[in-house]
Amino acid sequence: MLRFILHKIGLLIPTFIGVSIIAFAFIRLLPGDPITLLAGERGVSAERYAELQSAFGFDQPLVIQYIHYLGDILQGDFGTSFVTKRPVLDEFLTLFPATLELSICAILLATLIGIPAGVMAAVKRGSFFDQSIMGVALIGYSMPIFWWGLLLIILFSGVLQWTPVSGRISLLFYFPQVTGFMLIDSLLSGQPGAFRSAVSHLILPTIVLATIPLAVIARQTRSAMLEVLSEDYVRTARSKGLAPRRVIGLHALRNALIPVVTTIGLQVGVLLAGAILTETIFSWPGIGKWMVDSVFKRDYAVVQGGLLLIAGMIMLVNLAVDLIYGLINPRIRR
Amino acid sequence: MRNFRRLLASTMLLSVIAAGAHAKTLVYCSEGSPEGFDPALYTSGTTFDAASKTVYNRLVEFKIGTTETQPGLAESFEVSEDGKEYTFKLRPGVKFHSTDFFTPSRDLNADDVIFSFERQLDAENPFNQYVEGASWEYFNGMSMPDLIESIEKVDDMTVKFKLTRAEAPFVANLAMDFASIVSKEYADKLAEAGNESDLNQKPIGTGPFQFVAYQPDAVIRYKANPDYWNGKEKIDDLVFAITTDASVRQQKLMAGECHVIPYPNPADVASLKEDESITVMEQEGLNVGYLAYNTKVAPFDDAKVRKALNMAINKEAILDAVFQGAAQIAKNPIPPTMWSYNESVEDDAYDPEAAKKALEEAGVSDLSMKVWAMPVQRPYNPNARRMAELIQEDFSKVGVDVEIVSYEWGEYLEKSKAEDRDGAVLLGWTGDNGDPDNFLAVLLGCDAVGGSNRAQWCNDEFNALITKAKVGTQEERAKLYEEAQVVFKREAPWATIAHSVVYMPMSDKVSGYKMDPLGGHWFTGVDISE
Repeated sequence: MLRFILHKIGLLIPTFIGVSIIAFAFIRLLPGDPITLLAGERGVSAERYAELQSAFGFDQPLVIQYIHYLGDILQGDFGTSFVTKRPVLDEFLTLFPATLELSICAILLATLIGIPAGVMAAVKRGSFFDQSIMGVALIGYSMPIFWWGLLLIILFSGVLQWTPVSGRISLLFYFPQVTGFMLIDSLLSGQPGAFRSAVSHLILPTIVLATIPLAVIARQTRSAMLEVLSEDYVRTARSKGLAPRRVIGLHALRNALIPVVTTIGLQVGVLLAGAILTETIFSWPGIGKWMVDSVFKRDYAVVQGGLLLIAGMIMLVNLAVDLIYGLINPRIRR
Repeated sequence: MRNFRRLLASTMLLSVIAAGAHAKTLVYCSEGSPEGFDPALYTSGTTFDAASKTVYNRLVEFKIGTTETQPGLAESFEVSEDGKEYTFKLRPGVKFHSTDFFTPSRDLNADDVIFSFERQLDAENPFNQYVEGASWEYFNGMSMPDLIESIEKVDDMTVKFKLTRAEAPFVANLAMDFASIVSKEYADKLAEAGNESDLNQKPIGTGPFQFVAYQPDAVIRYKANPDYWNGKEKIDDLVFAITTDASVRQQKLMAGECHVIPYPNPADVASLKEDESITVMEQEGLNVGYLAYNTKVAPFDDAKVRKALNMAINKEAILDAVFQGAAQIAKNPIPPTMWSYNESVEDDAYDPEAAKKALEEAGVSDLSMKVWAMPVQRPYNPNARRMAELIQEDFSKVGVDVEIVSYEWGEYLEKSKAEDRDGAVLLGWTGDNGDPDNFLAVLLGCDAVGGSNRAQWCNDEFNALITKAKVGTQEERAKLYEEAQVVFKREAPWATIAHSVVYMPMSDKVSGYKMDPLGGHWFTGVDISE
């Protein structure tokens, strides 16, 4: 098992370097540079432009810039935002807990509903229940997130007034950040009603962000279950007279879960992409919105630093998935 | 554990007490996060709303709701005979904010004023590079380094600015956000502790509101400055709830989660106006959207051709289709809310037949040209592509063939500066300081050719007028600018298209809000009923 883990970690290093090159090159391939964009209609004189270029090191050859950048990163320095003049890592660490909290809630919701729904659809294959579950999943998968989010806000916050429109907690509550996770911080604050307010603010964004992963997980579970249910050992277990619940829960589901766990891991990337739109609609102070703004402003340091940190997260999640995979299926460890 | 419980109980009690007291809180759903809280470092209006208009004051202030200036931290000032020396007398007894992170030991004095400018002017100043990459963009953009020769402390309460040339707009510049006065005592204390960057994160000023806390992308909290020199504000707490999406801002206003929202979707304004609990204020923005011909390239070097094309543009149709009515037709290069706006100038009336004839008379036939459409939304032009298409259609009616081109925004700004540029370019401008010089010299002066003068237009008569208008009283200057607008209309380097209208929806509980023609959002003098 140790060798398996070390091997997986060893693979991360070249991937990380590859990502750093892509992140570095990507934002520079876009036309337009931050200095011109920052100046806007006003414009800058040629001298001032040259001055700023050299101040930010943009006048050096790209290779040299990249080497400096890589060197800084190895020392834990992700650079300073061109726009806000704050260290990229500080900004990331301030905003990331919000994205993480929302993503965890969304993936939990997607898994807790998606797997049972998929299993039931597979067991009752072809039934009305199966068809409606898969129909809803298809709609969920195809729904434009932005539109879906606004629709929910108009219905639940506007017409019914059940949930707040946006934000993480009611503005009445004010307490210092401890963990950055609003659910935990609101409990720690001890203010009555704070936790409830935090939960009510989480409901709509969680539903919106969970929609696509939920659809994917339900479909994946269903097809994996169908495959497993037709296997010989399931038939054998059934013919032995085991209770259907035991056959499905113990024999079939455990094996069907392997591709599902992979799917859930892959959804992390999808979640971060979805978070960009979800965060924008619900004024959720996470990294999604932060990244989009920086791309528009050509804030090189933030885009490349942010991409690298997000890619790092996804790699870690994938590593975790690989390890869980190894636990579920001992054959893979070799 | 027992201690923790006790703490829990006492905080619960405290919050109950706090909820019992009737603090007046105004919630403003702002459109974005501030980049920081030192306004001199940045150029965006969002940052200025959050920093300079709440926390800080300037030597001279704009009278809110106008583009005129009034005394601020300086009680009065004197200008020397030659217009090159400005001596400011500071207001006595002005207190900097006392907060949990700073307690001032003295009132505002000349050192604070000098420090506020020196850090931007002098590369050797310890606070010149207190954050990485500080470039003092606005200070440089307004040519302050070339303009200011020196800043001197005459005595503790008197500061003298010596200029390299006479320049009347200088006073309006001092009312701009970058000229906010920061506390030198606070900066020194931060430097001692090695926390210089806090000057940009935890601001201390003299303004009507003091900073309490900021959670990035979520919320900014302020409370009224109890010692404000102009009297404590009527509201006790001011909250900026950052809400980037316009539809969501509207929902929050209707749900009572915020009291004032900026920048509604133009399409939603009608439904907001129908809501009885909501008031929608409106005002022309201090902006102009235009189509700039390249006056250096034939046949557009001929004013007759430009005039003819101007007559071919149906501006009413553009107002409806592009601005959804939220604009007014522009006839002058400066907006009507600005002093010296020449009411008597007559716009080129829409008349395709006359336009066709005028083109023939100018000897132009089978003309084909490019029209540049910006790739981004701006207040002065919410949809440049659509505008270009309408102009294309209008021009085709007078026999002019138009090809629409566009580039990425940064490239667009760069390429449109070229003196040999092929085509007329759609662009616009939002004023900085309410001074006509900030439109006419920046956009149409000879010095700006090859830069922000996209028409590449250098007219001796016009340029002499605006140069002369750089000195003198406002009355004298206004006369010269009015004349300059006549020359502009006669020569037609642009087709002036529109001044957009800005809407401010707010709860009917809010009173005393004044819209700022300069585009800022101020909460000075605002009240809210229970």
